[in-house]
Amino acid sequence: MIRALETVQGSAYGPDEALLVLEDGTAARGRAYGAKGRAAGDMVFTTSMTGYQEVLTDPRHAGQIVMMTAPHVGNVGMIPEDSRSGRIWASGLIVRDPARRASHWRAETELDAELRAQDVVGIAEVDTRALTRHLRDHGVLRAGIFSGPHLPSVPGPQGIQPLLAQVRQSAAITGTALSEQVSTAAAYTLEPDGNPDQQGPTVAVLDLGMDTRTLRALTGRGLRAHVLPAAAGADQVLAGDPDGVFFTNGPGDPAEMDRAVEVARAVLAAKIPFLGLGLGHQILGRALGLETYALHAGHRGRNHPVQELDTGKVLITTHNHGFAVQAPTAEPIAEPAMSPYEGGRFGRVRVSHVSLTDQVVEGLECVDVPALSVQFHPGAGHEAGRPYDRFAAMISTDAATRVASEEN
Amino acid sequence: MPRRSDLSSVLVIGSGPIVIGQAAEFDYSGTQACRVLRDEGLRVILVNSNPATIMTDPEFADATYIEPITPDVVASIIAKERPDAILPTLGGQTALNTAIALDESGVLAQYEVEMIGVNTASIHLAEDREAFKEVVERCGAESARSSIVQSMEGALQAADELGYPIVVRPSFTMGGLGSGIAHDETDLRRIVGSGLHYSPTAEVLLEESILGWKEYELELVRDSADNVVAVCSIENIDPVGVHTGDSITVAPAVTLTDQEFQKLRDVGIAIIREVGVDTGGCNIQFALHPHTGRVVVIEMNPRVSRSSALASKATGYPIAKIAAKLAIGYTLDEITNDITGTTPAAFEPTMDYVAVKVPRFNFEKFPAAEPLLTTTMKSVGEAMALGRNFTEALQKGLRSIDTPEIAFDYSGPAPDADRTAELLEQIATPTPERLIQVQQAVRGGARLDQIVAATGIDPWFVDQLLLLQEVADEIAATPRLDADVLRRAKRHGFSDQQIGDIRGLSEATVRELRHAFGLHPVYKTVDTCAGEFPAIMPYYYSSYDTQTEVAPRKRPAVLILGSGPNRIGQGIEFDYSCVHAALALQDRYETVMVNCNPETVSTDYDTADRLYFEPLTLEDVLEVYRAESAAGEVAGVIVQLGGQTPLSLAADLEAAGLPIWGTSPSAIDAAEHRGQFGQVLLAAGLPAPAFGTAISLEQARQVADQIGYPVLVRPSYVLGGRGMEIVYDEEQLTDYLRRATGVSGSAAEHATLPAPVLVDRFLDQAIEVDVDAIYDGEELFLGGVMEHIEEAGIHSGDSSCVMPPITLSDSMVARIRESTEAIAREVGVRGLLNIQFALAADVLYVLEANPRASRTAPFVSKATGVALAKAAALVMSGMSIAQLRSDGVLPAQDAIATSPNAPIAVKEAVLPFKRFSTPKGNVVDTVLGPEMRSTGEVMGVDVDFPLAFAKSQAAAFGGLPMSGTVFVSVADRDKRSLVLPVSRLVELGFTILATAGTASVLNRNGIPCTVVRKASDGPGPDGQGTIVDLIRAGQVDMVINTPGSRRARADGHDIRTATTVADRAIVTTMQQFSAAVQGIEAQRRGPFAVRALQEYARPGGGLAAVETRPVQDAGPAVDEA
Ligand SMILES: Nc1ncnc2c1ncn2[C@@H]1O[C@H](COP(=O)(O)OP(=O)(O)O)[C@@H](O)[C@H]1O
Ligand SMILES: Nc1ncnc2c1ncn2[C@@H]1O[C@H](COP(=O)(O)OP(=O)(O)O)[C@@H](O)[C@H]1O
Ligand SMILES: [Mg+2]
Ligand SMILES: [Mg+2]
Repeated sequence: MIRALETVQGSAYGPDEALLVLEDGTAARGRAYGAKGRAAGDMVFTTSMTGYQEVLTDPRHAGQIVMMTAPHVGNVGMIPEDSRSGRIWASGLIVRDPARRASHWRAETELDAELRAQDVVGIAEVDTRALTRHLRDHGVLRAGIFSGPHLPSVPGPQGIQPLLAQVRQSAAITGTALSEQVSTAAAYTLEPDGNPDQQGPTVAVLDLGMDTRTLRALTGRGLRAHVLPAAAGADQVLAGDPDGVFFTNGPGDPAEMDRAVEVARAVLAAKIPFLGLGLGHQILGRALGLETYALHAGHRGRNHPVQELDTGKVLITTHNHGFAVQAPTAEPIAEPAMSPYEGGRFGRVRVSHVSLTDQVVEGLECVDVPALSVQFHPGAGHEAGRPYDRFAAMISTDAATRVASEEN
Repeated sequence: MPRRSDLSSVLVIGSGPIVIGQAAEFDYSGTQACRVLRDEGLRVILVNSNPATIMTDPEFADATYIEPITPDVVASIIAKERPDAILPTLGGQTALNTAIALDESGVLAQYEVEMIGVNTASIHLAEDREAFKEVVERCGAESARSSIVQSMEGALQAADELGYPIVVRPSFTMGGLGSGIAHDETDLRRIVGSGLHYSPTAEVLLEESILGWKEYELELVRDSADNVVAVCSIENIDPVGVHTGDSITVAPAVTLTDQEFQKLRDVGIAIIREVGVDTGGCNIQFALHPHTGRVVVIEMNPRVSRSSALASKATGYPIAKIAAKLAIGYTLDEITNDITGTTPAAFEPTMDYVAVKVPRFNFEKFPAAEPLLTTTMKSVGEAMALGRNFTEALQKGLRSIDTPEIAFDYSGPAPDADRTAELLEQIATPTPERLIQVQQAVRGGARLDQIVAATGIDPWFVDQLLLLQEVADEIAATPRLDADVLRRAKRHGFSDQQIGDIRGLSEATVRELRHAFGLHPVYKTVDTCAGEFPAIMPYYYSSYDTQTEVAPRKRPAVLILGSGPNRIGQGIEFDYSCVHAALALQDRYETVMVNCNPETVSTDYDTADRLYFEPLTLEDVLEVYRAESAAGEVAGVIVQLGGQTPLSLAADLEAAGLPIWGTSPSAIDAAEHRGQFGQVLLAAGLPAPAFGTAISLEQARQVADQIGYPVLVRPSYVLGGRGMEIVYDEEQLTDYLRRATGVSGSAAEHATLPAPVLVDRFLDQAIEVDVDAIYDGEELFLGGVMEHIEEAGIHSGDSSCVMPPITLSDSMVARIRESTEAIAREVGVRGLLNIQFALAADVLYVLEANPRASRTAPFVSKATGVALAKAAALVMSGMSIAQLRSDGVLPAQDAIATSPNAPIAVKEAVLPFKRFSTPKGNVVDTVLGPEMRSTGEVMGVDVDFPLAFAKSQAAAFGGLPMSGTVFVSVADRDKRSLVLPVSRLVELGFTILATAGTASVLNRNGIPCTVVRKASDGPGPDGQGTIVDLIRAGQVDMVINTPGSRRARADGHDIRTATTVADRAIVTTMQQFSAAVQGIEAQRRGPFAVRALQEYARPGGGLAAVETRPVQDAGPAVDEA
């Protein structure tokens, strides 16, 4: 039962129970799932019906307690190759009906076992729909999952009060930069697919906490990826004269990422082709002088319609973002506008994509410098892969003009 | 892109009669389409021969043609109406095939009609199995290995390469007609033979077997800007080999990894583009190898389908409605999602619950058929249930299908080791009971791996059955049924009844206990978005969860209980009446629909003000009532319109204090109960056939002797004439009862029967008359008097009938009216009443009275222009007939008091025999009897009976022949009445074939005919074929065969089944024969004239009944060309 804390009643907690407490005093009693202990973080929901494993291992969920709106979770177990990174990043998991057994020929472990192995605390058998509606109405809230030794010794509100205090003390993502915690520790290079020896164009990749499939989109297009840690400065990024720069997706509040914003500005100033994805898109927005803001409840799921404004085409895309970039203009949104930074130092920018459900900016394209960004995940092999194609094209045009200008 | 401005009128083609594989879902999709197109200001022209549909209500189109859906007739409609476009994607395979024919014959080009939604080229790419395989290849996906053949020799050759088992699939058919799995050469010869026949292009595909793979479906929608969305994934619990229509299915798919789902989605999208479905919905089926993940594309349907109706109801995303909008130019981003009211239709719905569909079968109607599930669809309906987890949805689904045998039973002793071993063998063969057998095997201790090995069902599902078993064990073992155990049981869908059975308690006791603990379901909303956005559509389902979403309301509510899954005897007609009640009452009440049939219009969230997608059991209905009472006043509950399912709940609902509207439950009992009804008739001074009741064989014999043979025997409580038989002598009676008891030999003599049997005097050679009326307590409104074409003895649902009656005198009609009124008064009817009379030797006998909506109500309404069900709903709400007359809802006089130029309407039943085969692989016998077996009906309407009858035949099947060869072989008692119709056929130029006996009668009457060999004679000395051979060879155009003595029956059987398989006209009664001859004459006079219902309803159009003043001397309506 999800209810206001004051009304939580009932018997003493059993050893397999768990408690979910939200910062606004909402609480729900359920069963412990995965590891027993305590989890804290911003509580978010995702509406994807498949892919709990991809969700949990997505670094963008670092610091978040993730709730799956789909009732059955864990049915196909865990399949290492399908992970978005080497570990589970979500700090906690909320589900309604966890699988009792994995059923898939590729599954290597059960989700439950994997959660325990990675010490991720979960809660099951709660009214996830009621909680989703609550978040929809009240926005993202900090929450805590408590089980095992962290369950209160007394039932009822007085047992929960101290837990509520803990939740209210925990850090929220708004106001927190997380990239550096998630990003690669050292630089490395990936050669283009299929031709390890050939010297393709090189893209400097600022790893803001990306998931592993992101790079495949570059190497699959014949690009060499030189990956740098999130803390890298402009000199490191521009060292070696890259043919393009790519800012990846990642977790955290873009408003706290001034250093990355400065790096982006250096790239724009050098007129090197730039692609931003997710958090990288938000950084481009900031570099151009646009504001970012926290979305009410976030966009998380794989069914989000995004319209490509130049063609009118609707793409069904995967979203996982809690922040967004403020549009540079009011209506009509697709019109280019002067970018605010330093009175238009980087020229004009236009909104290239918007969400059809709430008109949130989902893509930017600079007119006077070679830069573009999208908020959503363009995916690999899907129809939505166009931003990568555009980026690759920008790189080759840029190379061609450079060659041409050198010849002249 | 906004709506196209160059379109101002559209012709929508419906799907015709309800048949297996093409059922009520096309009324749902067609109705949605008509609504959308009219709202958009387009002139809608509709053709559909099925009167039981909502879409053919005159208010849903500007011109409604209840005419046969044949290329010729549709061409006439086009010539008359000159539509700008034709929309064929919402009327199933029938509409698609008709549209192709019109395109190929040049009709569309001639009248400059544009096909919208799809084009002929894409239909070919999708439906032509070979072309489709190439499409799949171009999309980078795989099909099963295969070979196309046009002949038997080709088939045998291909079989050598592919190896057995081989799947045979004809092109351009639906519901798997003519397909099958051949395990050896004999199978192959048989299946390929019929496959070549059913395929309009006479080709079949032989295919590598992928039996046992996991089967999935994907519903996609594409718009003219090439935006594509995947609306829903559906997973079949039964692996490949069982037609998806016969599988228990789950949405969304629950055993796919994200990567697999993405792959199916990508392939699906590539295919819809490659096939080139311009706009609208399509369905793609996939098979996935459980151990390698290899994906094979099974097929694609470039139109809305049964699965898209299911997906629409499961997700709240109305595919047909959106497809209609896309067809006239809108793009997905321009259409609003009705459920949220704020977000666009350009998105993919997500579900935070599970939908389970359970098929409903009627094998008991075809005792000779083998109840096996194969690649040919055999289910006649389905139920869907929603729950917050799979177990809840599955158990709700099983109780929704209203078949007591198909429910998980945890009471009594568990199967022992032997029985369990036997069950493990049985579950290897798919049958309607398979999942129940699996559950029993689990109960008996079978292991998960054993079950998976035997059935191919995914381990995840089997594990869910293990989970249910654990819960059942817990219920059994707990010392006290406390709140925790009950809560857990409810969470997994256990009904009060199931829990009571386990604990040896009554359902009522469990309910009391549960209520004492305050345990009730909550109601969640189907909102397309898993709660991400607020929903404004009150489309609810129950779940044992914590937060309810039912909104409070101000207006008083009326609960309308629907009819559950379609089945033979309780079909779309009842849904029609429920929808009408919602429409009639919505001005004064908040209408609340409760139903669990995903195929129907009643479960469209647009139909009633609120929709509860719930099983129609006492428990589920009581909880809905409770939830709605908490939301506001509930003024009444309507149980009369949904057929037997809600009716059977009436007494218990009333006892629980619910305000039942209309005829009281005790009055319903008075009509249903033999003894009480006898009293009613006595009081009214009306005769009924003599009858008696027996509980043993001995007693039955005595009763039969007293009454005199022939007698009609049946178990005491039946629906749709189940288990009824006409018995001519003692020997046959003994045989029937032995079968009924299942006891053989002398033991049967004294054995008590499982239920008492009723023995009625069978009225031989009686005219059966069906009556529909409304009674308000004081006044009767006679809605329609239908004269059956066949004699009494053929179930009213299967016989054809004509309205107004063509041979009954005015005084007889007056007598029928008086008798109807007397019964209505004595029974205490408030609302609808249906009575079947039999007129024998000028005595009007009462066969039965049903104080509820009837199967014929929609037909009557269409034929008379009076909306009976609407009026009945208003009467139930307390209005009087007088008031309805002054409001203009009912005409001043009875609907049958029509003007002299009233049209004649003929209803014809459509039978599913072709789909059912005996263990030997032959089609079951097709003779009609007192047991109902039709799945649907058509209406033929025209100025006179012969034309109306001919139209009804054209609409029901291929139609009567214009010329050719007729084979005649009738029972002795029919030989006298044979002469006249046969001689007329000869005059019309037909060649007559007859068996020896019939031939000698004909010859003596001077009618030339050729004697042919009976099947039992075998081939002649010079290799002459028997009649069965001739029929199989397609050399006979119509067969007249009335079943006679038992000896002749076997021969008759072969003849009739061969005719059915050959798709030729078959006549099994003499009345049909005369009607057929009249029809043949009529149709030879020229092509059918077509006329819309709206024209009939116009002043002078013939249906003057709807006017307050009878129209005299009005000439026929003028057709506007
Ligand atoms: N190659 C095959 N091997 C075994 N079963 C098959 C094969 N192809 C199809 N089936 C089964 O037959 C059913 C009906 O085939 P389908 O092509 O969908 O025909 P329909 O047009 O009747 O829907 C499918 O649902 C599937 O279970
Ligand atoms: N006494 C009878 N004599 C002749 N035919 C009968 C008699 N009783 C029933 N029938 C035939 O059997 C059919 C089914 O019987 P009915 O009582 O109407 O059952 P149901 O409840 O299935 O409609 C009728 O439509 C009628 O044709
Ligand atoms: Mg199919
Ligand atoms: Mg009847």
